[in-house]
Amino acid sequence: MTDTSRARPAPRRRPRPGLIAARNILVYLAKAPTSAFGLLVLALLILAAVFAPLLATHDPYAQNLTTTLQPPGAAHFFGTDELGRDIYSRLLFGARITLTIIFLVTIVVGPIGLLVGTVAGYFGGRTDTVLMRVTDIFLSFPSLILSMAFVAALGPSLNNAIIAISLTAWPPIARLARAETMIFRQADYIAAARLQGASNARIIWRSIVPMCLPSVLIRLTLNMATVILTAAGLGFLGLGAQPPLPEWGAMIATGRRYMIDSWWLVTFPGLAILSVSLAFNLLGDGLRDALDPKQMTRR
Amino acid sequence: MSGGTWSWQRVAGQGGSVFVTLFGLLILTFVIGRIMPVDPVRAIVGEDATREVYEAAYLRLGLDKPMWQQFLFYLRDVATLDFGTSIRTGQPVLDDVKRVLPATIELATFAIVFGAGVGVPLGVLAAVHKDRWPDHLIRVFSLMGHSMPIFWTGMIGLLVFYAGLGWVGGSGRMSQFYIGLVPERTNFLLIDSALAGQWDVFCSAINHILLPASLLGYSSSAYITRMTRSFMLDQLNQEYITTARVKGLSRRQTIWRHAFGNIRVQLVTIVALAYGALLEGAVLIETVFAWPGFGQYLTSNLLIGDMNAVMTCVLIVGLIFITLNLISDLLYRIFDPRTR
Repeated sequence: MTDTSRARPAPRRRPRPGLIAARNILVYLAKAPTSAFGLLVLALLILAAVFAPLLATHDPYAQNLTTTLQPPGAAHFFGTDELGRDIYSRLLFGARITLTIIFLVTIVVGPIGLLVGTVAGYFGGRTDTVLMRVTDIFLSFPSLILSMAFVAALGPSLNNAIIAISLTAWPPIARLARAETMIFRQADYIAAARLQGASNARIIWRSIVPMCLPSVLIRLTLNMATVILTAAGLGFLGLGAQPPLPEWGAMIATGRRYMIDSWWLVTFPGLAILSVSLAFNLLGDGLRDALDPKQMTRR
Repeated sequence: MSGGTWSWQRVAGQGGSVFVTLFGLLILTFVIGRIMPVDPVRAIVGEDATREVYEAAYLRLGLDKPMWQQFLFYLRDVATLDFGTSIRTGQPVLDDVKRVLPATIELATFAIVFGAGVGVPLGVLAAVHKDRWPDHLIRVFSLMGHSMPIFWTGMIGLLVFYAGLGWVGGSGRMSQFYIGLVPERTNFLLIDSALAGQWDVFCSAINHILLPASLLGYSSSAYITRMTRSFMLDQLNQEYITTARVKGLSRRQTIWRHAFGNIRVQLVTIVALAYGALLEGAVLIETVFAWPGFGQYLTSNLLIGDMNAVMTCVLIVGLIFITLNLISDLLYRIFDPRTR
């Protein structure tokens, strides 16, 4: 008992340098024009989602059959759809759905990937082989097609789409966490913790997981663009969020029938998806540069 | 001699791992098929079948047996290439797939030619001008392609180039006018129409494939550009490049003959992997362009819960992916003398 409590101070001291590093990275990202754009779009997305009821000019669900398919103008910034709903307001509330997807996928995929990866990397041998085989099987599918199959099995809905996306998004995270763990496993401080009698679970949780966390978070950011495109694709195919919900992909799907005469029905939701996924890609690109020591010294 | 046995061991090891992955793939499709909210018996006997008919079909499908036995039946069916009948089309799933797959291969091949044709030169250019404006411009261009929801890009493309400018054909593989005129031999429309000497159909098909294939190719060129750039940077930073320049070789020759010559093998593997990734975009773009291919077949069967067809499609996608991975690995080994 006393042995394990002695192992505690080491991981406790870590967060402070971590916070400083996080601030440095943020400053670095804000300086480069491309990643600064990414940060800006994400900030706007969060603002839009939080203040959607204040910013919206209309009720996103209110139908008005006298003003259907109105082109963009002063009354409706981005026009109205086939049921007379205000597209601008629907996009704002759609930002909430997008943020929900991002949040839920992150909190499901992060822990699963970390668990599988660290356990495989820490124990090695047969455990590693089995876990990595399972990972490989999931990786041998394009993520959209696998999530389509899962949604078909579970039934189409927003929640099931999120579950399906999470089921397909964890393998790269597990791979990464495993690779990191393999490096740390040999470190002296792990050996020290083991000699002090810490259990395997404790070593993984207190000493390895915190070390893997930064790179896992970065990888999650990088993958978020794919997650958003997959979610929108599922919504478009009718396998994600269901009609009355203002999900961007689903909005494009319903707008498709009126596309030739009313271009605004598909154009604006598409631009919204494009800018958010571009923002994540630019941010991920910047993060990669920020954390690549070769690049850092050169700038 | 010892090197030979060593590489045979590696081949055997890889064969084993492919086998395990395949087995896992079969388990995965089996599980997906089992948890689908469709009653497979009802799907066959219909809604108003009598109890006896239902029971008979239930027993014939082996649904009374334990799960592991059902899985063995599934393995047997797959081994004998019996994938069951599609509920929607009423035909064996394998026949359906044979009919729709060529359309997708045609589309994906055009797309990868476009993607590699644009992506590779851009990647080289970006590497040569690293951190200068061409590099930044190319980065934004390729990230753009990577970030676009392809189904949306497809619609905008149709709006602009078909409805607006009239440069390309609309949806489908050819004009409505020609449908049914071409004798089906290979189901590759371009090959069939050329064989039959129907050059007007051939032109119509080219006209229809250009837009979806170039959009699909654009989305895959992002990955190709990025990888080409980083491979090239690795080469350009090496000393032999400096040596070549010092010896008086021109910049162009150093870049293309020396540096690029060394990354060709890596590029082939990357393009093979990108080809597999195109399948994903194909599912979406086929829906937008009413392209009668594999992606559309999969989607429409998913939506009505056609279990046999969905399981088979997922299995085939997995197989294609595993095969492409294997091919890219093999190519790497054949072309790169260092891996021998």
